[in-house]
Amino acid sequence: MKGKKRSGKWNLVVNLILLALVIVWSIPILGLFISSIRPQDNVLNTGWWTVFGENGGFTLDNYKQVLGGSQYTFVDSAGNTVRASGDNLTRAFVNSFTVTIPSVIIPILIAAAAAFGFAWMLFPGRKLFFTIVVALLVVPLQIALIPILRDYQTLGLTGSYLGIWLAHTGFGLPLGIYLLYNYISTIPRDVFESAFLDGARPMVVFARLVLPLSVPAIASLAIFQFLWVWNDLLVALVFLGGTNDVAVLTQRLANMIGSRGQDWHLLTAGAFVVMIVPLAVFFALQRYFVQGLMAGSVKG
Amino acid sequence: MATAENRTVGRGVLTGALVAIGRVVVSLFVPIVAFVILWAGFIFLRDSNAPQGVIALVAIIWGVGGVAMLFWVADWVVNRTPLTVAKKLQPFVFVGPALAILAWYLLLPTLRSLYLSFFDAQSKNFVGLANYLFAFTDSKMLESFLNNLMWIVLGTGGAVGFGLLVALLADRVKMEKVFKSLIFMPMAISFVGAGVIWRFVYAYKPAGEDQIGLLNAIVTFFGGEPQAWFTLQPWNNVFLIVILVWLQTGYAMVIISAALKGVPASIIEAGRIDGASEVRIIRSIVIPYIASTLVTVSTTIIIISLKIFDIVFTMTNGNFGTEVIASMQYKQMFRFYHYGRGSAIAIVLVLAVIPVMWYNLKQFSKREGF
Repeated sequence: MKGKKRSGKWNLVVNLILLALVIVWSIPILGLFISSIRPQDNVLNTGWWTVFGENGGFTLDNYKQVLGGSQYTFVDSAGNTVRASGDNLTRAFVNSFTVTIPSVIIPILIAAAAAFGFAWMLFPGRKLFFTIVVALLVVPLQIALIPILRDYQTLGLTGSYLGIWLAHTGFGLPLGIYLLYNYISTIPRDVFESAFLDGARPMVVFARLVLPLSVPAIASLAIFQFLWVWNDLLVALVFLGGTNDVAVLTQRLANMIGSRGQDWHLLTAGAFVVMIVPLAVFFALQRYFVQGLMAGSVKG
Repeated sequence: MATAENRTVGRGVLTGALVAIGRVVVSLFVPIVAFVILWAGFIFLRDSNAPQGVIALVAIIWGVGGVAMLFWVADWVVNRTPLTVAKKLQPFVFVGPALAILAWYLLLPTLRSLYLSFFDAQSKNFVGLANYLFAFTDSKMLESFLNNLMWIVLGTGGAVGFGLLVALLADRVKMEKVFKSLIFMPMAISFVGAGVIWRFVYAYKPAGEDQIGLLNAIVTFFGGEPQAWFTLQPWNNVFLIVILVWLQTGYAMVIISAALKGVPASIIEAGRIDGASEVRIIRSIVIPYIASTLVTVSTTIIIISLKIFDIVFTMTNGNFGTEVIASMQYKQMFRFYHYGRGSAIAIVLVLAVIPVMWYNLKQFSKREGF
């Protein structure tokens, strides 16, 4: 279907339909962003689209308040200095990174090793084990919540970062193994054969040859896992618990919806804080992300 | 004489034994040291009150380095065993950790949830099928089954439909990349973030006041009454499903678009030469050609719809008749602490994905090499 970008009347119609769809898709995000930088009174009393008319004026106060700590002061529209409690999303921001980085790297290492084992080694039960991995791709993680929570209570892992990394590792492994298997199994056999003839051990081959050769696949998996972990709410709610010390951004935002449901100036700023990192990752690395989607499109 | 001979023989055996013991000790020493280091890190991370930055840094080094070290140590130990044994053990150095974690986090929990689902709230007394009776007869549960069905039909239909439309149209214009990028963008946004975005779109103020929600502003602009959309049963479910469609259309579009690029130009040209219209070509040539892709995409979105949780949890918390299976399960577990019912509902979810699992396995076994 390539190379027939035609012009003419139909082309205009097609472009207009697409433009309409894109506008419908983008407007909710645009409204969120504009509201997040409008003064409180304006956000709560007039629609965000009126900024293009009489209700101009922008501020960063909303961001200061959601990112600030417990004692945040600002000057309101009447010129008074007001003390308010901030939402301290800065802390949650650091927490989100603490949860996300190991939750991305650990499963990728383990999945890459397993994918190499499945693709290039013979052992009893290989087919059975891989069948199980494929079957686990679609198992809803809800199934694991109660049993794993019990184990964590026994081990003292509830509310700890370690617990949530392991949980994300467990839930991310089936897709990770599957994606990397698809890639690693297509590396030409010759690449390994010369290395094995030189007497290299499999671990050396894995570290020196397989990992570097798999960088594109690992990159797509990393983006996938990053977005999944950063955006996750359920796993964090269950295994990290509700305390603000360890709560991640999605949890804090969900709490804000509960406690500040009508404070739109804060909710919109908070939502944008949660979105900014994944959006940046997404636009910077879209190509790899698409490759990842293509390679493993059925995930549980 | 005899004693001296015995002594030399004894010494030979002794040195032999000592060497063997030495080898075993060395072989054990490395893993034990490795284990101690990991354990110390584990205890530090579990109990430490150090500043967040330090913990985060230690955590990252411990997590990543620890995993690498485990692989290296396991490999080192295996290579000290006799060659024939080493050959047998080698593959498990690679697949062993993954299999252990999968067993702990997914395989065993399925069996354990199945077991727990036959017990009462505290998992003490056997109650037979009572929890399943609840799962299939409780009015809230029946409501969530119906709602999930609505999510599956409308959510999947909407996302795949719009995805196909955009993919087909974008394939014909110059600004393809820009259009696709913008439709794809919501994929990066969390369900919770999307929740806030759409709560704002659906925001409601009483009639007469300035509406700040886009939807009510449009409705009042055309002279309608503003609505509290989330309490409008059963339409509120549709308003929630719109969010899923908004999020997932990009995914469907990307996959379908890639499949479209694979349709051979010669077949389409042949259709054109035969005088078929553009719509006819799409319906009779393109769609059948990408049918298997459409099935894959639909399957993925069906699974997402089936497990939908975050949107409902943050938007309506399951009130006003918007309950879904996953939110029911969460409530049974963490609000009512009824582990039996929670487990039974989780098993129901697993039963629902078994057809998809079976299909996946069938597809996979068709492929070569395994």
